[in-house]
Amino acid sequence: MTATTEAGTAPATDTLAAVLAPTTRPPRPSAWSASMTFGWRAMLKIKHVPEQLFDVTAFPIMMTLMFTYLFGGALAGSPTEYLQFVLPGIMVTSVVMITMYTGVEVNKDIEKGVFDRFRTLPIWRPSTMVGYLLGDMLRYLMASTVILLVGLVMGFRPQGGVVGAVGAIALLLVFSFAFSWVWTMFGLLMRSEKSVMGVSMLVLMPLTFLSNVYVDPSTMPGWLQAFVNASPISRLVSSVRSLMAGTPDAGEITWVLVSSAVLVVVFGTLTMRLYNRK
Amino acid sequence: MPEVAIRTSGLVKVFGDTRAVDGLDLSVPAGAVYGVLGPNGAGKTTAVRMLATLLRPDGGEATVFGHDVVREADAVRSRVSLTGQYASVDEEMTGSENLILLARLLGHRKPAARDRAAQLLEAFGLTEAAGRQVKTYSGGMRRRIDIAASILNTPDLLFLDEPTTGLDPRSRNQVWDIVRVVVAHGTTVLLTTQYLEEADRLAQRIAVIDHGRLIAEGTPGELKSSVGSGSIHVRLRDAATRPEAERVLAEALNTPVYLEADPVALTARVTGAGDEAEQAARALARLASAGIVVDDFSLGQPSLDEVFLALTDRPATTEEAAA
Repeated sequence: MTATTEAGTAPATDTLAAVLAPTTRPPRPSAWSASMTFGWRAMLKIKHVPEQLFDVTAFPIMMTLMFTYLFGGALAGSPTEYLQFVLPGIMVTSVVMITMYTGVEVNKDIEKGVFDRFRTLPIWRPSTMVGYLLGDMLRYLMASTVILLVGLVMGFRPQGGVVGAVGAIALLLVFSFAFSWVWTMFGLLMRSEKSVMGVSMLVLMPLTFLSNVYVDPSTMPGWLQAFVNASPISRLVSSVRSLMAGTPDAGEITWVLVSSAVLVVVFGTLTMRLYNRK
Repeated sequence: MPEVAIRTSGLVKVFGDTRAVDGLDLSVPAGAVYGVLGPNGAGKTTAVRMLATLLRPDGGEATVFGHDVVREADAVRSRVSLTGQYASVDEEMTGSENLILLARLLGHRKPAARDRAAQLLEAFGLTEAAGRQVKTYSGGMRRRIDIAASILNTPDLLFLDEPTTGLDPRSRNQVWDIVRVVVAHGTTVLLTTQYLEEADRLAQRIAVIDHGRLIAEGTPGELKSSVGSGSIHVRLRDAATRPEAERVLAEALNTPVYLEADPVALTARVTGAGDEAEQAARALARLASAGIVVDDFSLGQPSLDEVFLALTDRPATTEEAAA
């Protein structure tokens, strides 16, 4: 079948008139319902282009293997020892890295005609963006699960058990959802996918490497320690580690939850402002 | 008094140092097709985007069914649908998924959304293609799925932005048929086009815009008569008689006669206040008495191309480069 095959026949005037017959208009969907519908759209996109799941499956596996065996012997005596320390951090790094694709996706989509249609619908305005993030949450969940499973196979044994691991992943998802609003903003702000990627890498590379993911900050020079300890990624990693270890650090967890709320308020507002102006 | 669907006054949109829409005043009556005609870059799409709440005007005001497009955008959105210049559907999704998605967003519950999508696919002759991604559709099919998406909830006002640009004649006729049915059903249609024939065929009233300004407005008939005359086209049996025919017609009608590329064809303006037909008949009689055999003739109103030329001092169709 070619792209130019004319399927079906010309629309018949009487059947057309019949579908135009006045049906009562349903009430407008709730904010929740509209967001879930856009979430369904994100699922359909994954269904049609399953290759895009590569970065939430293959990439995390690679990260886990690479860092464990590369640094394990040198930093902790053996890869298995190191894995206990590094796995929560690898999980955070991988998922936070993946959040940038939200911005890329928004940037690609916004230029398409279908966005004009969404923007002329009488629906809760942020639902389009929330829908993206709902789809992305699934991707984050997949990446986290893949890393955890690979880790378990390699010998990672979280002391917090199932509850600790689930809690850790849940916290990571909450933060990633909030953090993604930074990228929806850049996705609407920047002129091309490439520039969105560029900005994302510029923010994410230092943020994830200059943290407590790979080594204990106490081995770093003082000025770097100050930066690393203040980094939100370090705090997120500490929280996730503490949950996995079965010794939740209430202070750090609260900090992560509060900063997630702040991210949503600030970048959610900026995103919607840009969305309405576009 | 007919209801007014759209009213704009002094509408302005500026991009950088281009005034894309420059003080546009429109009044669009409800329940008919209103054509907005202009060359590429005249500001048609920009005007539609402001009316559909996609762009904020930089000046002036616009109301749709009495609702301000900026302050009451939500009220406007609940009554309009837009079919943009480029397909306003998701290319990666199937035809059916697109319609179900939009039906859900319009508030239909899942089973109702599926039924409605199936109904429209059927009515638009797209049932067979329902399960295929839209990117595999032909131009005509895309346009149909796009219009189907716009009438999931029958809108009070439908914006069709250049709906037939790039379509083959058959698909174009299908779109025209759809527009006629939609209007017959009571929906107001604002149609932008750069095809004069399209505006002439579909629209009850036409606004001609150029450089973001309204330069003429009226029924197709009014626009044509504002140019002042019709013309007679004559085809001779024998090309050799053309010089004689040219002389006779020029004398009878007292207007210049154009020799067309076809060596047996001539065209002449017929000026007159309402008695064009009579004058034309007299001119034909003079040809007959001069012994010139006429194979065919027609008396036509000026085309909208001529109207555009008369209004802007340049043809409508050579504007591509300036856009």
